[in-house]
Amino acid sequence: MRYIPHTDEDVRQMLETIGVKSIEDLFVEIPGDVLLNRDYDLPEPMAEAEVLSELKRLAMQNATVDCYRSFLGGGAYNHFSPSAVDHLISRSEFYTAYTPYQPEISQGTLQAIFEYQTLICQLTGMEVSNASMYDGASACAEAVLMAIRATRRSKVLLSASLHPEYRETVETYCRYLEIELVGVPYLEDGRIDQGELSNLLDKGTAALIVGYPNFFGVIEELAPLAEKVHEVGALLVSATAEPVSLGGIKSPGELGADVAVGEGQSFGMPVSYGGPGVGFFATSKKRVRSMPGRLCGATTDKDGQSGFVLTLSTREQHIRREKATSNICSNQGLCALIATIYLSLLGKNGLRELAEQNLAKAEYAKAAIGAVDGFVIPFTAPTFNEFVVEYDGNVEGLLKRLEKNYILGGVPLAKYFPEKKQQFLVCVTEQNSKADIDALVDALKGGAA
Amino acid sequence: MSQIGTQGLILKEKLIFEHSDPGRKGYSLPALDVPPASLPEELARDEIKGFPEVSEVDVVRHFTRLSTWNYGVDSGFYPLGSCTMKYNPKINEVTSRLPGMAGCHPHTPENLSQGALGLMYDLQEALAEVSGFDAVTLQPAAGAHGEFAGMLMIRAWHEAQGNKRKKVLIPDTAHGTNPATAALCGYDVVPIDSGDSGVLTAETVARHMDDDVAALMITNPNTLGIYEAEISKICEIVHDGGGLVYCDGANLNAVMGIARPGDAGVDVMHFNLHKTFATPHGGGGPGAGPVGIVDKLIPFLPKPLVVKEGDLYSLDYDRPESIGRLRSFYGNFGVLLRAWTYILSMGGSGLKKVSEMAVLNANYIRARLDTTYDLPHKNRSLHEVVFSDKNLGGGCRTLDLAKRLIDYGYHPPTVYFPLVVQGAIMIEPTETESREVIDEFCDAMLAIAEEAEKTPELLLEAPRVSALGRLDETSAARKPVLRYQEEE
Repeated sequence: MRYIPHTDEDVRQMLETIGVKSIEDLFVEIPGDVLLNRDYDLPEPMAEAEVLSELKRLAMQNATVDCYRSFLGGGAYNHFSPSAVDHLISRSEFYTAYTPYQPEISQGTLQAIFEYQTLICQLTGMEVSNASMYDGASACAEAVLMAIRATRRSKVLLSASLHPEYRETVETYCRYLEIELVGVPYLEDGRIDQGELSNLLDKGTAALIVGYPNFFGVIEELAPLAEKVHEVGALLVSATAEPVSLGGIKSPGELGADVAVGEGQSFGMPVSYGGPGVGFFATSKKRVRSMPGRLCGATTDKDGQSGFVLTLSTREQHIRREKATSNICSNQGLCALIATIYLSLLGKNGLRELAEQNLAKAEYAKAAIGAVDGFVIPFTAPTFNEFVVEYDGNVEGLLKRLEKNYILGGVPLAKYFPEKKQQFLVCVTEQNSKADIDALVDALKGGAA
Repeated sequence: MSQIGTQGLILKEKLIFEHSDPGRKGYSLPALDVPPASLPEELARDEIKGFPEVSEVDVVRHFTRLSTWNYGVDSGFYPLGSCTMKYNPKINEVTSRLPGMAGCHPHTPENLSQGALGLMYDLQEALAEVSGFDAVTLQPAAGAHGEFAGMLMIRAWHEAQGNKRKKVLIPDTAHGTNPATAALCGYDVVPIDSGDSGVLTAETVARHMDDDVAALMITNPNTLGIYEAEISKICEIVHDGGGLVYCDGANLNAVMGIARPGDAGVDVMHFNLHKTFATPHGGGGPGAGPVGIVDKLIPFLPKPLVVKEGDLYSLDYDRPESIGRLRSFYGNFGVLLRAWTYILSMGGSGLKKVSEMAVLNANYIRARLDTTYDLPHKNRSLHEVVFSDKNLGGGCRTLDLAKRLIDYGYHPPTVYFPLVVQGAIMIEPTETESREVIDEFCDAMLAIAEEAEKTPELLLEAPRVSALGRLDETSAARKPVLRYQEEE
């Protein structure tokens, strides 16, 4: 076995040193009645070349942007990742290390986390960021729990246009914690209903969670929401599934959000069938001690040289056990590193230009699709790189027909909203050329005829 | 040659922000081929204050330098107990990057993602066979996330029967994630004393068992590296009392092909694919924490679940009793893919060999060190061995030993855990280390014990050869600096 170095002679000598006769003797404390006593019903070991062939065979059964023009978004986004990103994270000093428990030999990981925390703060307009969460949805759920702790209240308002998988994740996390979750409807333009929000907000409300942009791609106006929410002493939590948007739209912090969470997959990670990505979580300084997750802080060594350590760990499970702010241990370290490298490469101007391209392409597609007979754009509020399309025919059949033309046309909303049988969500990124968009529009024209 | 650590050329490196120079860029975008568009002024952002402006070369050199300050499994021996720091095969990195896998969007229609779904289905089945459970969910992103899924299913099962049980029993040797998870599920945690032997007895469990106990959370083999020999009897007692048994599967690497937790009567267990199934730890994730369960819990599995009908794989969302979803999409697919690659490489027989050699290595370390280092628990060790710092001379403590090991060129073991051992030194070698490596490590441990007696300053002032010396954690926590701020 290529990953196990022991020769028969090694085994013999080691058993002798231990003072037992056989490998079986090492397991004597396992009672006989729980021993397996048969071989696993699993395949025989395969050579490396065979393994690669088998995985390639499976990979060929998946549709990707290599063969399809894809307009899929809805929580995972197809962006270009510069070659330097994958090369750098392939440095095995990064990817074969674990959580930096021994700071003297983990400064690479620690400094990268410190830079990640800084970039997330700058991006979201917040004061502190943790070292990462599992994904945007679980970060959103952790934000709900933190808001409950911070306000000692038990009612949380969730915008109905929040990503449905984020909402479902929040529901799961809150399932047995006696938290009341209440939906806030949206208006015809796709934005949250502020009148209804005012009715629902009260002194028992811990937080409002709102998608920014929301699941329909619509850019909410956070400032008036923050004002209303703060009037009753609750927190505003913004949840961003497509963080490239933050290169073009005002930061949640600037608009009064108290917690900014989201998904960082767009920052250099492949879509990889939905994971791994990285959840980001940022808030204000005064809440740092009730934050979930790891934090990296600056310090000095005994000779006064500057360095970094994991810090404020008295919030965490390995110290506080059942009183910890979260049960999270392993997070998404390497994905946070990817985001750090990606954002360093794009920098101040790159992320803005990228956001501008996404916006321009999506606007072009939106106008063109909206002009096709049988198709309308139902939500009129500004969107970023996603928008909802309404079709006066059978959406399922339409998407199937696009598939035959090697187009993945969008996410049918009926997947999450059974009543929205006529609508689908289209995403356009910098990876979609004008020719791709024109091909989609042409195919839709065929569908409307 | 026991001291393989030495000083080399270490390059200092500023923060990426300190490299910034207005006008530099490290990216390229195709020319915009559609008309530009803009947002209403009240929505549009000004510049992202503080973001760096650097070239690709700046970035590559920056992160390459940072990487050299790290220690990984590829650098050397990394016996971090409870974390199973085994070698991460390179083929796994290749398969997880295949364009057909990495480029498959999670909203791809099921008929066009059969490769991804089939892989997940086969992995579910393989993990069930490895552990002796009836079904497996792949959704959780890490071990603690798996614990959360498992404990939610336990609670859902109780509630479905109208039970309002409030307590969860957890031995004092457990990982901190266990009590934190139980609390997250709305349970009260009742810590139980594992006793002097380090093995939980059926009698102790019976004493704590009552009508209000929903579950026992047990780690097996436990965090002392000892098999909980009374596990079958313990499961029986908990079941007879109307409770369920959760097993923390962090230490599965000790028993593959030998004994399956499901066969011992456990109801729920999470796997750590980043431990047992060789996916990289990534400097703190991403991992994956699938959960195996017995059949009575199947209705409560997170949704969606990958199912197979005929030759077709699909995602089953129609699960009315499900605890719901714990994250977006289906799991850390890229990690699942690496674990599946590993299982194909190892085969069933290889997995058994993994556990045999992991246990052999740990016992060999124990045999070489237990006359010098204090071994508080005498039961046969499996995959890891836990010493205390009682015998360490010269006023040196576990932390000093750990830091001195760095000078010798090793990553230190897990220290000060489990909490029941004074100055715990928890060593888990894994199966991928050769006898030579382990001998050199043991020689180092013995040499350090001698240094502690004769020249304790070598330990107390360690590490000396790393880029930095011991860091001041107290002031880091007292006055937290958690981000870079440009000087005004």
